[in-house]
Amino acid sequence: MSAYTLKVRRYQPESEEDDKRGAYWEKFDVELDPTLSVLDGLLQAKNDADGTLAVRCSCRAAICGSCGVKINGQSTLACKTQLGEAAEEAARKARTGDGDAEITVEPMGNMPVIKDLVTDMESTHWKKFRRVTPWLLPAGPPPEREYIVPAESMVDVTQSVACIQCGACVSSCLSMEADPEFVGPAALAKAYRFVGDPRDGQTTERLFDLANDPHGMYDCTHCFSCIDACPKDVAPMNQIMRLRRLAGDDHGIRDVNNGHSHEMAFVKNIRKKGTLDESLLFQESYAPGVKGKLLPRVSAIRGLLDSIPTAIRGIRTGKMRSIPKLIPGVHHKLPGDAQDHVKHIYERAEESKIQLNLYIIGEGGEEDASAEATEPESVEEESATA
Amino acid sequence: MKLAYWPGCVSRGFTPELHGSTALAADALGIELVTLDRANCTGAGVIAEHNQELADTLNARTFALAQETGLSMMNICSTCQGAQSECQERLDADASYRAHINETLSGEGLAYSKDADGFTNKNFLWVLVEDYGLDKLAEKVKRPLEGLRVGPFYGCYVLRPKTRLGYDEHPDRDLYLEQVIEVLGGTVVDYDGARRCCGFPVITMNKETSLRQAGTHVGDAIDAGADCLVTPCPLCHLNLDMQQPEAAKVVGRDLGLAVLHLPQLVGLALGFDPKQLGMPKHIASTIAVEDRVAALA
Ligand code: SF4
Ligand code: SF4
Ligand code: FES
Repeated sequence: MSAYTLKVRRYQPESEEDDKRGAYWEKFDVELDPTLSVLDGLLQAKNDADGTLAVRCSCRAAICGSCGVKINGQSTLACKTQLGEAAEEAARKARTGDGDAEITVEPMGNMPVIKDLVTDMESTHWKKFRRVTPWLLPAGPPPEREYIVPAESMVDVTQSVACIQCGACVSSCLSMEADPEFVGPAALAKAYRFVGDPRDGQTTERLFDLANDPHGMYDCTHCFSCIDACPKDVAPMNQIMRLRRLAGDDHGIRDVNNGHSHEMAFVKNIRKKGTLDESLLFQESYAPGVKGKLLPRVSAIRGLLDSIPTAIRGIRTGKMRSIPKLIPGVHHKLPGDAQDHVKHIYERAEESKIQLNLYIIGEGGEEDASAEATEPESVEEESATA
Repeated sequence: MKLAYWPGCVSRGFTPELHGSTALAADALGIELVTLDRANCTGAGVIAEHNQELADTLNARTFALAQETGLSMMNICSTCQGAQSECQERLDADASYRAHINETLSGEGLAYSKDADGFTNKNFLWVLVEDYGLDKLAEKVKRPLEGLRVGPFYGCYVLRPKTRLGYDEHPDRDLYLEQVIEVLGGTVVDYDGARRCCGFPVITMNKETSLRQAGTHVGDAIDAGADCLVTPCPLCHLNLDMQQPEAAKVVGRDLGLAVLHLPQLVGLALGFDPKQLGMPKHIASTIAVEDRVAALA
C-alpha cells in the first residue's frame, strides 16, 4: 500500500454551494497498491471522502471506453493508468526530484464538461463520429451466406477496428483546439475503417465527401497527439494519412484545402532540386503546373495573395530571397551527380510503392518472419559497408 | 566531438540565421561538424504521406552518407528528426525491406546498416544534453542569461510519438529545453503552448487553424511574462515568428514576441553578438532581448 494525492479538476454546476459552481481544484488522499489504477484511486475518494465526485466508468479493464480523462495533462484511460506510474510521471514533470508529487486528473479536453470528470461525448465525439457514416454500405445485394474477403485486406483495417470510442484522441487533438469544426481523429480513423473495407461500395464517395470538407482530412496538423493518447494503438493520424493517400493519389480527388496539390508540389520539388525550395513550393501548392498558372482556382489566387505580406516582410529583413516565384529565387543544388541518384530513388520507389505496416509486423523487435529468406543476403550487404 | 551534419532545407532557405548560428555555436563548443552536402530533404513527413518507400529510401540515403563518414549524425530541426526517425523505424523493422531499399542505393555505392557501430541521429538539443553534457555546456557559458525569461517551444516532431522517438531510453527528452535554458542562466517560463503544435503543417491548407495555433501559443507566453521563446525547429519558427503579424490578426490581439532558434540562445550565452547570430533577420523584433543581453555584458 502507498499513499497518493489526487489533485482533481472539479465542477459541480448544480451545487448548493456558490464556490463549487465554477471549476476548481480539490485534493484527495488515497491509499492503494501502486499497481492499482487511477480509476481505483478516484473511486476510493468517491467512496471515502466525497460521494458527489463524478467519474464515468464501467469495465475497469480498458475495454468499454468510458473512463477517458487527462492524467498529468495526458489524455488517456483512468483504468489503464497505474497509480505508481502516474505518481512517477507527475514527479518527473514537476522536476522537483522527489517522488510524492500530486497526480493531476482533469476531464477530457475539446468537449464540454457536464460534472467533474464527466464530459459531454455526444456534442462532439459522437456527432463527429456519425458524420463519417460509420457503417458498411455494401456494393450490391448481400451474398446468400457470409462475405468472402481476402485476409490481407481485413488485416489492413484491423488497427482502426480496435477503437473503443473512448474519445482520448479527440481530447488531445491540437487541431481541434484551434478549429472545433475539425472532424477529428476518432471519426477519421473510423472513416478509414470503412474506406479500407473491401465489402464497402462507396469508397470514392466517402473519400470525395471528406476531401471536400474544409474541416476534413486536410485539417489535421500532424501533431501526433492522438497517437500517444490512444489506449488501443489505433494511431488515428496514420489512418488520416492513408485517407489522404487514397483520395489524392489513388482516386485523383482534388480537395478543397489544396492539400493534395501541396503534397505533390513538395514531392516534385525534391525530385527536381534534392532539397526544398520554399518559394517554388508555395507557388506550386496554390497553382500547380502550367495549367495552374494559366487557370488558377480562386482559392489558389487568394492563398497566394495572402502570403505576399509575409513574403514582403521576409525580404525586408533578409530572410527570403524572393516573393514566391514573382521573382525567380536562387536555390542551391546538390553537388555532382547526387541529384541523378535522387531521381533514381524516385523512379524505383514510385514503381514498387511498398507500404510497411508496423502495426502488423511489430516494431523494432525481431525481424519479420517473411524476411528470413533474404536475411543472410542483407546481413552480408550490411557488413560489407559497415 | 565530431558529427556528420544534416542542416536541413529550411535552415538554408527561409531561416538562414539558423544555419549560421549553429556553425558559430558548434565551433565555440568545440563540436566539429562534417556537412553532408550530398544529402537530400527528409520529406518532412509529406513525402511519406505520398509514398512511404520513397521517403524511406531518401532518408536511408542520408543515413548511408553519414555512416560512410563513420560518425553519428546531427540535425537541427525537430521536423527533420521526426521525419527521419519515422523512416528509420521502418528501415530497422524488416531486413528484407532494408535489403530492397539498399538495392536502390547500390548504384551510388551506398547502403544503410541497422545499428552500425552505435550510429545515432540526434537533433542539436539531444546532442547537447545527452552527448555533450550540461556540465560541459555550463563551463562554456561566458554570459549567463540572468533575468532573461524564456518560454520553451519544442515542436511536435521531437515529442511524439514517444515510442518512436526513444523516450523509453531517454524519458526526459520533453524537458531538455527547460534544462538547457537553466544551464544558460535564463529563467524558464511555464505556459500552455510549450508542447503544443505551431500549426505550420496546415499553413497552406487551413490558414485560419494554423495561425490560430501559432497566435494562441505566442499570446499565452506573453501572458506568462516571457521575454522570448526558444525552439529547436525552424518550421515552428516560420509560424511563430515569420507569420506572427498574420497570427496576431487571427487571434485578435497584439503580439510581438521574439522567437529564438536554440543555437541563437546558446550563442548569446557563449558571448556572441545578436547580429552575428542573425537575430535582425527575424520578423518579430528581437530588440528587447538584445537590450537585455547588452545590459548583462
Ligand atoms: S495528428 Fe491530427 S488528428 Fe491527431 S491529434 Fe494531431 S491534429 Fe488531431
Ligand atoms: S482512436 Fe483510440 S483514443 Fe481515439 S476513440 Fe478510438 S480507442 Fe479512443
Ligand atoms: S472503465 Fe472501461 S475503459 Fe476504463
